Amino acid sequence: MDKAIEIRDCSAAYGENKVLNHVSLTVEKGEFVVIIGPSGCGKTTLLKMMNGLVIPLEGEVAVNGELIRGCDLSAMRRRIGYAVQGAGLFPHMTVEDNICYVPGLERRLTQEEKKILAEKMLELVQLPGEVGKRFPRQLSGGQKQRVGIARALAAAPDILLMDEPFGAVDEITRRGLQEELLALQRKTGITIVFITHDIGEAFHLGSRVLIMKEGEIWQEGKPEELQKAPRDEFVRSLIRR
Amino acid sequence: MQLIQILWDRRDFFLICLLEHIRISLTAVVCAGVLGILTGVFISRHKKAAGIALGVINVVYTVPSISLLGFLIPFTGIGDKTAVIALTVYGLLPIVRNTYTGLVNVDAGILEVAEGLGADGKQILFGIRFPLAIPVIISGFRNMVVMIIAMGGIASFIGAGGLGAAIYRGITTYNMALTAAGSLLIALLALLSDWLLSRAEKAVNRRYGIG
Repeated sequence: MDKAIEIRDCSAAYGENKVLNHVSLTVEKGEFVVIIGPSGCGKTTLLKMMNGLVIPLEGEVAVNGELIRGCDLSAMRRRIGYAVQGAGLFPHMTVEDNICYVPGLERRLTQEEKKILAEKMLELVQLPGEVGKRFPRQLSGGQKQRVGIARALAAAPDILLMDEPFGAVDEITRRGLQEELLALQRKTGITIVFITHDIGEAFHLGSRVLIMKEGEIWQEGKPEELQKAPRDEFVRSLIRR
Repeated sequence: MQLIQILWDRRDFFLICLLEHIRISLTAVVCAGVLGILTGVFISRHKKAAGIALGVINVVYTVPSISLLGFLIPFTGIGDKTAVIALTVYGLLPIVRNTYTGLVNVDAGILEVAEGLGADGKQILFGIRFPLAIPVIISGFRNMVVMIIAMGGIASFIGAGGLGAAIYRGITTYNMALTAAGSLLIALLALLSDWLLSRAEKAVNRRYGIG
């Protein structure tokens, strides 16, 4: 299998505060990797390294075999989907313009192209087409999250980075979104790196789960492996929750 | 009654004053608007310059308007040009401050998402930062316009035209009604401009789905 993302011996710090300590990680194409760990463990920093929002102090990051250092970051990011908690939709743009944002960065889209793309993406995330004309503030939390995913996928990226994307929605909506995301991944074969703080969600979604603690990958493996052989009390208590 | 009487009797004089006032104010509004927004954008990207620029503008603002006009006379002489410069300098404060505040206070999370999605610096500034700062910038613009129109009344003291001429003439000839009429027209002009701009503000906010 090909490598989608490769992180080699990377460290990162915010000022004096070291948040990642010599982390190495390889994500194969088509994998669904879920990262879990307590707040401040460095999981968001690790994710942001994958699209160059955080540049490591030491070590190298490669995406699709190309080193991040020295490459055109903006162009690279347009080929990587990015979805965050609360969706982070642009409040001054309609849903349609939000969805078409990334393709629109490359070239100006016509109204017709936008409409077609938005309808296609809305259908993918199971929202009715008329939502396209609304503004984000007119949407429910679950709808916003769906639009956020539609926006992340609109430029047909082969990697999707998700930072607690379902953190701000209710339990029932979250179940629905999880199933849709799994179906989507089966259909498109996209590589997904997904952060959560919910161990149930991690085991349900991930083909591989990384447990992080204090800036290190504490243990990783398939959900069954982690459940069968937790490394220590920390992992055991995390799984029990 | 006296007021209406004098406005009617000297309607040609007042009309000329009003048009002059609009012309001077509008020139200053355009100058301060362009300069102020550009400065605001620049200092929002250069934090060090921000402190200095805002400091200088604040200090200039504390100079009494009449003495600012006085200071300018040796350099630019008397007349409309000096008036426009003084009004522009005064108008800068609200527009620079609001442009700066509006641009700097855009939600950092939104900006990071835009960056993460692959927008470059220019696309973030014009596509995200600026539109999201528009409501704050427009309210600064409204302040600026009202201030320039009101301040414009003083410009006549250094020989510029405008409704200040009526006020000035009223004061020097003990003609209370003339002064009152000039002041009233300035107030009405300021109120009308503010009202028009508030309409524009609402339309823009609606366009951006905020209001």
